[in-house]
Amino acid sequence: MAKSKSAYSVPGKIGKIERHIIVVWVDNEAGVLARIAGLFSGRGYNIESLAVAEVDKKKHISRITIVTEGTPQVIEQINLQLRKLVPVHKVADFKRTDKDILFRELALFKILANSKKQEKIKKICKKFNPVVLDKSQKSFVIQVTALRAEIDKLTLDLRRLGLISTSRTGAVAMTKGAKIFN
Amino acid sequence: MPKLLSGAEIVFKSLEDQKVEYIFGYPGGAVLPIYDELKNHKSIKHILARHEQGAGHSAEGYARSSGKPGVLLVTSGPGATNAVTALTDAYMDSIPLVCISGQVPTHLIGTDAFQECDTTGITRPCTKHNWLVKDVNDLSRILHLAFEVATTGRPGPVLVDIPKDIQFKKGKYKFFKNTLKKKLNGKAIHKISNSELDKFINLIKKSSKPIFYTGGGVINSGPEASKYLRELVSLTGFPITSTLQGLGAYPGDDPQFLGMLGMHGTYEANNAMHDCDLMINIGARFDDRITGKVDEFSPGSKKIHVDIDPSSIGKNIKVDLAIVSDVTQLLRSLIKRFKEKNKNFANSNKQKTSKWWEQIEKWREKKSLNYNNSDKIIKPQYAVQRLYELTKNQDTFITTEVGQHQMWAAQHYKFNKPNRWMTSGGLGTMGYGLPAAIGVQIANPGRLVVDIAGEASVLMTMQEMSTAVQYRLPIKIFILNNEYMGMVRQWQELLHEKNYSESYTAALPDFVKLAESYGCVGIRAKTPDELDEKIKEMISIDKPVIFDCVVDKAENCFPMIPSGKPHNQMILGPEEEEEISDEGKVLV
Repeated sequence: MAKSKSAYSVPGKIGKIERHIIVVWVDNEAGVLARIAGLFSGRGYNIESLAVAEVDKKKHISRITIVTEGTPQVIEQINLQLRKLVPVHKVADFKRTDKDILFRELALFKILANSKKQEKIKKICKKFNPVVLDKSQKSFVIQVTALRAEIDKLTLDLRRLGLISTSRTGAVAMTKGAKIFN
Repeated sequence: MPKLLSGAEIVFKSLEDQKVEYIFGYPGGAVLPIYDELKNHKSIKHILARHEQGAGHSAEGYARSSGKPGVLLVTSGPGATNAVTALTDAYMDSIPLVCISGQVPTHLIGTDAFQECDTTGITRPCTKHNWLVKDVNDLSRILHLAFEVATTGRPGPVLVDIPKDIQFKKGKYKFFKNTLKKKLNGKAIHKISNSELDKFINLIKKSSKPIFYTGGGVINSGPEASKYLRELVSLTGFPITSTLQGLGAYPGDDPQFLGMLGMHGTYEANNAMHDCDLMINIGARFDDRITGKVDEFSPGSKKIHVDIDPSSIGKNIKVDLAIVSDVTQLLRSLIKRFKEKNKNFANSNKQKTSKWWEQIEKWREKKSLNYNNSDKIIKPQYAVQRLYELTKNQDTFITTEVGQHQMWAAQHYKFNKPNRWMTSGGLGTMGYGLPAAIGVQIANPGRLVVDIAGEASVLMTMQEMSTAVQYRLPIKIFILNNEYMGMVRQWQELLHEKNYSESYTAALPDFVKLAESYGCVGIRAKTPDELDEKIKEMISIDKPVIFDCVVDKAENCFPMIPSGKPHNQMILGPEEEEEISDEGKVLV
């Protein structure tokens, strides 16, 4: 289609896309996840991954970690729109490239392998805190924690070695040192 | 031990403590306990609509003309889904509504029970917040919180879904005040600093081509905001333009007022916005009907944006000075600070802006709202002008439907006070004006309330005439009848080679007879020379009136910024209509 010159509904210049991690503290009440996810889908924002669990049993506060991509303007809007939601207490936002932030994802792999092959696989996973959770003659389940790209790579490698099932979490994040998100 | 109340009693106790006088609603199975309780609460009157959408728009009209939140009561399932259009409309135009909906009993939720729907799921994206009440002891807290959320910060609709068993169950009642953990959207949390005010004042002093661009935020902030706005505009001597929703905040007949801006705004307002060196946005949101092409929007100006909602700032347009604040608060502090140091600014600054005003006068000379009048056929613009002239001597409230008539009303009816103009701007809901007029009339008994309507729009909620008759609400439905969905027809003429696909309504009802069948009065005007007399007759009748004003079928709404053109090149009239590029046709 020809490039349009209209005064209306013409997309403006698109800024540089950045990947951000957004951490949201919310009241753990019915529908809260739908509110957050609905805000993202309704306004056309991306969710690459999402991890959520209650972190304060007494106050019923859940911590949601969302990995998203967008232009600086979109990221700002995500922050401001999230803050408007009634059950949202606070929002922290940082770039994926931020050196002061720790990220981890957890993955479980089920692999068909005899004990000899199993040793080989453990070696491949060595850097990623491998824990064998289940073991049989023909198969085993191994848990690793690593960064997203590392798990992606690992999945490819393990596929050649009999990987039959993968289960992954979204990323969770925490600041380095003594300070906390504010 | 405190007395235990049923859920239904708690609903009314909460409404009483919130000083609610009117609820707009429609009964049904899942709200019967609440309706049963109505008889015990004489201070609250229920207005029975004919459709839940009508009830919702009436509640909006009530809220917009009174400044109080509108309350809506509907049943589960279709009752709630019918209210969705009104809730979305209120969400887009920032109107405080509290919708109470019935729900199937808690043990049936999730079983696809009769008249069950996921009400909180459906209304989540069109409310500021909603609640499904699962414990009767939460009910009073949630209801009071609902009122607080609806009216705090940027106002908007909320919904409380109450299962039928909760309405019967007994629980504790407590009046909760200010339970919101944080103030939504910045209201009251942001103290305006002197340095912000000084930056604001410096920009004002440096500017030689300034303009105020004001919106619905001024109206929503309360009548004081309009008072301060008038004072600031007069202190500075700057020109001012307004969005559709902001009309009435500043007097429409004042020489400093350039008229409405945007797609169908005046030539002077749009050109001034494009060429200014300082744009002062107070309570408007840089909507796409205002900015046009974002990349070419007012390229040479510094921009100040005052908004209560932080997410409105920087969403569409980058600004140089952003202030998150309620309009009244900001204007009060700004005027105080401004007056301390700048005595007689308007006069001493006159020279600096004199060239700018000369330029504005040149644009004004185009008289962009002019049209070719006729002595044989009523031109719709002429009808609105006559209506204005014949009603301006009294405190008149105008609502509209959506389309050409809405734009002509905005262009030709001059508003002098806030809360007198109720129109669906954000969502653009055809069928808004008639039920809205009902709500306006209820909030303003004894005042003249006119719905300037199109015949296509008004048929979408025509059943509400029955409501108007039942409650003796003498609203006037002033239909500019051109037998077409006029704005659709206009776009088809200009953009789709006059292929008037499905925009003509054959088999329209006879509106005079229709009025009679509802038990109100029908009037028809066909020629310009009988128009004045008939309008006077309409005003004098103390009953609801449907006025069928037969107008030119082919008239288009100008000026207009057409698709495919930059913002400062408007089409002024039919002589200037030209081919719009193929690329322009794909745009809305």
